[in-house]
Amino acid sequence: MIRFIDVQKTYDNGTKALKGVSLRIDDGEFAFLVGPSGSGKSTIIKLITGEEEPTDGRLMVNGYNMGSIRNRQLPYMRRTLGVIFQDFRLIEKKTVWENLEFVMRAVGASPREIRKRIPYVLDLVGLTRKDDRYPDQLSGGEQQRVAIARALVNNPHMIIADEPTGNLDPGRSLEIMMLLEKINELGTTMLVVTHEKELVNRFSKRVIAIENGRIISDETGGYYKNEEII
Amino acid sequence: MKRSYNFGYFIAEGFRSIFTHGLMSFAAVFMILACLIIMGSFSLVAVNFERELGQLEADNQFLAFVDETYTREQAQAIQAKLEALENVSYVEFTTKEQAKENYAAKYAGDQNQELYEELPTEVFRDRYAVHMKDISLMNETIDQVEGVEGIDGHQAAPEITEGFVMVRNVAAGVALILIVLLLLISLFIIYNTIKLGTFTRREEITIMKMCGATNGFVRAPFVVEGMLLGLAGAVLAFFAQWGVYSLIAHAIDTGSTIQLITVIPFQEMWKGVLAVFAATGLVVGTGGSVMAIHKFLQV
Repeated sequence: MIRFIDVQKTYDNGTKALKGVSLRIDDGEFAFLVGPSGSGKSTIIKLITGEEEPTDGRLMVNGYNMGSIRNRQLPYMRRTLGVIFQDFRLIEKKTVWENLEFVMRAVGASPREIRKRIPYVLDLVGLTRKDDRYPDQLSGGEQQRVAIARALVNNPHMIIADEPTGNLDPGRSLEIMMLLEKINELGTTMLVVTHEKELVNRFSKRVIAIENGRIISDETGGYYKNEEII
Repeated sequence: MKRSYNFGYFIAEGFRSIFTHGLMSFAAVFMILACLIIMGSFSLVAVNFERELGQLEADNQFLAFVDETYTREQAQAIQAKLEALENVSYVEFTTKEQAKENYAAKYAGDQNQELYEELPTEVFRDRYAVHMKDISLMNETIDQVEGVEGIDGHQAAPEITEGFVMVRNVAAGVALILIVLLLLISLFIIYNTIKLGTFTRREEITIMKMCGATNGFVRAPFVVEGMLLGLAGAVLAFFAQWGVYSLIAHAIDTGSTIQLITVIPFQEMWKGVLAVFAATGLVVGTGGSVMAIHKFLQV
């Protein structure tokens, strides 16, 4: 579960990115976070992943208080999350299997667990026979599937997808979004940051809209209404 | 318990990384090799110099004269007491007759040679040449020798001894400073070389961190890589040093102008050189990679 209580974030250069954000995302939910560039979406992601600390307010991520979390605890908090990036961020010199393996190694999984879990996750994202390929041998959509598999492989409580379809054509975007929905139905909480109005409106999910560092709407089964902010 | 799963993985990743980033690895090994050869060459010169000094020191001695009233047997009985003294390496007994012969021989060919040869034996005394383990303790040793029953007087040249001690101290100081300096320069160069390699992999490190990898997990393959690069550089440097040293030693041994210097054969020192090179390579490689990666772990 994620809980923001009147969270504020001011960067060192004086930019006020968040001006009192209160928000709650419960376990098992699927939520879109929408808003224009510079609205504070990335800051919310950075606060959740521990890349930044809140200036004020209280932030809880899967039981960790992000205002007082110690550096030593940060890796363990991050293991409760799976992060998907717009640019995939796969390690180019590792095969698909190795890209997943190192993430499992990082949490101390045994070779036996690795051999069991990776085929299952690759099957889930539809990449069963591509475990020996390198990222540059895959299409954009396939690379994003690998990134999803990587986010999923350690069975996190929550997946945060930062513009997961930003580099994909509409057809591939829909496939990826449907895959994320399927993963959510299997019990993983999903927070998807996106600009894509049509995609958001196609799924009747919770939509949290942010602008100028403030939540301007938060509706379950909502729509991405404000065309001007796209 | 779970950590043990990753040991082989870290070794394999370290090895793989060396070949994946071949050019940077080559640069790092080359830098380690160059630094070790410079440091090693200087150190070997210092070792040779130290041995030459040691031999000169060993030749340095003082004379302890035996009481004139002692018989030959009594005089020779003192030897055991002298050799029992802590800083005494060994002693050589010389009778007064031998002393006279030595004295005359020293002036053989002199215009007053006859005069020296005709000196009465009674002018000389039985004596011991006392060789010390540590010549910087000469004064204390003289006092101890003077305290031995049957010793009556001594002859020493402390200014020569002090000269040796000073030269040795200065040489050791200069060698130490230069070796530390070269070591620091090596560490700096390796640090920058590995940092350059690490910089290209900062994205990889960020991904690892975002996936919940601990600093230890991220660092381990880099440390293994640094150790392997350090060891590879050390082994190559060892053989290169062997070759360079042997060439120089051969040139000195066969040269007509510098025959006074005796060069220690490399075969006598190879184990020490290999151990020092391997240890330095390991420390520099590991230290350099730990320092280089530190900055990128702040994610």
